[in-house]
Amino acid sequence: MDIDEFIKNLEAEIEELPPGTLKPDTDYRKVAEWSSMHALIVIAFVDMNFNVTLNGADLRKAITVSDLYNIVQEKLKNV
Amino acid sequence: MFSAVKNISFKGLSACVPKTTARTLDYDWISEDERKMFIKNTGVEERRVANGKTTTADLCEKSANTLLEKLEWERNSVDVLIFVSQSPDYILPATAAILQHKLGLKKTAIAFDINLGCSGYIYGMYVLSNLITSGACKRGLLMAGDKSTLSTNFKDKSTYPLFGDAGTVTALEYDEKAEPVFFNLFTDGSGYEAIMIKDGACRNHISEKTFVTQKIEEGIERAPKHLILDGIEVFNFALREAAPSVQNILAESGTKQEEINYFILHQANKLINESVRKKCKIEPKRVPYSIQKYGNTSSASVPLTMLHAIKNELEQKPLHLLLSGFGVGYSWGNCILKTNHVTCTEISELD
Repeated sequence: MDIDEFIKNLEAEIEELPPGTLKPDTDYRKVAEWSSMHALIVIAFVDMNFNVTLNGADLRKAITVSDLYNIVQEKLKNV
Repeated sequence: MFSAVKNISFKGLSACVPKTTARTLDYDWISEDERKMFIKNTGVEERRVANGKTTTADLCEKSANTLLEKLEWERNSVDVLIFVSQSPDYILPATAAILQHKLGLKKTAIAFDINLGCSGYIYGMYVLSNLITSGACKRGLLMAGDKSTLSTNFKDKSTYPLFGDAGTVTALEYDEKAEPVFFNLFTDGSGYEAIMIKDGACRNHISEKTFVTQKIEEGIERAPKHLILDGIEVFNFALREAAPSVQNILAESGTKQEEINYFILHQANKLINESVRKKCKIEPKRVPYSIQKYGNTSSASVPLTMLHAIKNELEQKPLHLLLSGFGVGYSWGNCILKTNHVTCTEISELD
């Protein structure tokens, strides 16, 4: 899954986000519709699609959508 | 650990909830959009809230009276009573002792408390089953429930709209013809801070600070007397441990996934439970919910979901069930058992 597909699928999971809201360099926490509940949706999305688990430290580290994607890719290398 | 316990018959099930309903849509600490999002992701549309005086023990006492009557069990035939809860009547004595007296059980009965939450029903079933398996105790009552709403702060959106109050009673009986009940149980105390009430017991005595509310983040304010819930860490724990443990007990007990009629999961929240369900590749119709109506009811959630969603089937036909509890501790476990014509009461209410 490349980053464009990652973003498209993630936006599909978060109904509150209009398609096209997220870009690789978007600071997702600053998106108007973003809430703390969405962190859980991201964890569920990543677990379901990549079978890796994001923890609190991972999420704190990830500022942009691209950071999230890269953390997932790193974790996949270590599986 | 994994264990098979013989001679246990699952005889009866009963539950009682407070009469007062709190609706998530009315929770005006957060915006209407946030309320709708909360409902969509946690599943909690409404929950029951006990008044100032009613305790978990009161809810369990009413459940026990109703169940003993329906089972037609003489009170002096009950050999053991276990009260699983994190909201006892007092720091001491054990609430189970008070309930032994209130229910009029005999003095030769064993009665004690177990301090566990989300996993408590599975642990309680395991302990009670092991007291009965030898035949030393013939009949036992497992009480499981919590008044969690006492510990949540209105201005904490991560806990206040999630938890509901309930008390349940399960009746087990010695039966040499019963098929084995399988258990697997686990603990990882490294996660003890993820779900926690910090003040009020021995480590942090009650002080003035206990009652001082602080802002933690947007929408979350609480004092050290209130319940903390780290949603992200708990979600991680559930994915990492709960889902694999369900698959493990199936393998270790030699049970095929498709043989199980229903998987009754602790009602943590819908997002967590759906993730566990999908990871275990179980169809939605075999994973019933009660969270929409009662919220997360701690150790009561498994038996409450059974009564809410599959009561008629429990009463009318043999069922093969997998019960799963996971959370505070961290503590988690599963139980596979066969039931046959269980005596069930309606979910009753208490003011």
